[in-house]
Amino acid sequence: MEFSQIVALLWKGSLESIYMIIVSTVCSYIVGIPLGVLLFITDKNGICRCRPVNLILGIIVNLTRSIPFIILLIAILPFTRALLGTTIGTTATIVPLVAAAIPFIARMVESSLKEVDPGVIEAAQAMGSSPMQIIVKVLLPEARPSLIVGCTIAFTTLLGYSAMAGFTGGGGLGAIAINYGYYRYQSDIMWATVFVLVIIVQVFQELGMFIVNKTDKRIRN
Amino acid sequence: MIRLEGVNKTFRLKKREVKALKDINLIIEDGSIFGIIGSSGAGKSTLVRCLNLLERPTSGKVFLDEVELTSLKKSKLREERRKIGMVFQQFNLLAQRNALMNVCYPLEIAGVPIKEAKKRAIELLKLVGLEDRMQNYPAQLSGGQKQRVAIARALATEPKYLLCDEATSALDPNTTNSILDLLKEINERMGVTIIVITHEMKVVEKICTQVAVLNEGEIVEEGTVQDVFLAPKTKIAQEMIYPKQKYDESHVTGRIFRLAFGGQASSEPIVANLVLRCQKPIGILNAGTEDIGGKAYGQMLLEFPNDEEVISEAKKYLDSIGVHYEEGTANGI
Repeated sequence: MEFSQIVALLWKGSLESIYMIIVSTVCSYIVGIPLGVLLFITDKNGICRCRPVNLILGIIVNLTRSIPFIILLIAILPFTRALLGTTIGTTATIVPLVAAAIPFIARMVESSLKEVDPGVIEAAQAMGSSPMQIIVKVLLPEARPSLIVGCTIAFTTLLGYSAMAGFTGGGGLGAIAINYGYYRYQSDIMWATVFVLVIIVQVFQELGMFIVNKTDKRIRN
Repeated sequence: MIRLEGVNKTFRLKKREVKALKDINLIIEDGSIFGIIGSSGAGKSTLVRCLNLLERPTSGKVFLDEVELTSLKKSKLREERRKIGMVFQQFNLLAQRNALMNVCYPLEIAGVPIKEAKKRAIELLKLVGLEDRMQNYPAQLSGGQKQRVAIARALATEPKYLLCDEATSALDPNTTNSILDLLKEINERMGVTIIVITHEMKVVEKICTQVAVLNEGEIVEEGTVQDVFLAPKTKIAQEMIYPKQKYDESHVTGRIFRLAFGGQASSEPIVANLVLRCQKPIGILNAGTEDIGGKAYGQMLLEFPNDEEVISEAKKYLDSIGVHYEEGTANGI
């Protein structure tokens, strides 16, 4: 294979990977944030204590988190087919990724919210805030830096997961590494893929930290 | 007026019950600065949180201007809470909002348009002396400045009452004084009734008009600051008011008197005058007086020689200038 072909292959793979990860991160956060907030506010010191809800949600989240991704990937295939009509390709990979990321992100959101000073929540209550106002105007903005850090972690974790999806016909860099490196013993292409993955992780990690440092008002400057 | 009727609060821990408040009956009159003093664990913070129902009493009623807060629904209670501002020991400002937006917060949640809210917030920040710090974030402010922002925030919804939970306990003495001056000014200028929770007698002396002494969940003494301070009746109140250090009493040979100053002219050289009058040495075991507006507040522990004549002469002088005194031992009366 010529060098230019390899570059084109990797470029396409990278775009596919980034597309998969961004879409699945966004989709997982759309569900993960409300779920994380719910876990936090229904907890025993939360603003809407509700033991049963907290317990049931907690169990569901823990159950889904304990399924290894490679098993989830296969187990979810019928659902993916029902939803999208296919189980192969880049878009089809988003389904298992989102399923795996939601409980993980819910827990990360919950732990970010736990870092918010309880005194600040108490002050908001004393000023007559409703639970919704506390969530939207206090909890989420105050936890923003930690949420962004969590998001970069989620992003890199999903990138790792997406590589595994190559085994079940998913697209992206993972599929290239498996198809060329594993099945055809073209280890040079596999290493090149790994190298590109490292670069992507670095870029997004640095980008995340840059945003945190720029927006966290607790940092004096 | 805030009125508490038979308020009890019991916390259930894993194995035992803790009675944090026991049958509290309290009336806080409008316009006063009401101090609630007690050592740590006395139930002060629980008591102040029962006033705006951040803690719901196990039994008993809380009235705010004849509205029974304990019977209100959640949404109505939130509205009533806007009439009670609150300031905390740890300031509890929103770290991701600047000073201006922190003061805007209570207005925002009350539905005030942002433009108006900002206008009012600017006025309040001027009032607390922070007009040049409006764009700063809490991390860029000192403790005293943070507490000023917190006070401005607490006043934003024009509350009738202001609860201060150990508002000065995290501040150094000078900053404490400036914050206390500010609170007093707010009370006088805006007519806000202030409830001050503290473990420091100094705070009560400096700004309060009324005081209640809280011990193990019970109010053991209550009255005007003058009355309670000059002649504390209960042992607990005495412990709060008297000097904390313990003396080795074996060194004390004379008789001990505690002098309490409740606003006499601070220019009067009382100890020197006593020595001159009695012509005998008088020892100072402890002195903690403060000059507030030319008047002396605080107390002294003096050791007089064991001589009835000297003591009666001293008493005559103290009576003539109106200084309260009690005889006791070095470690309590």
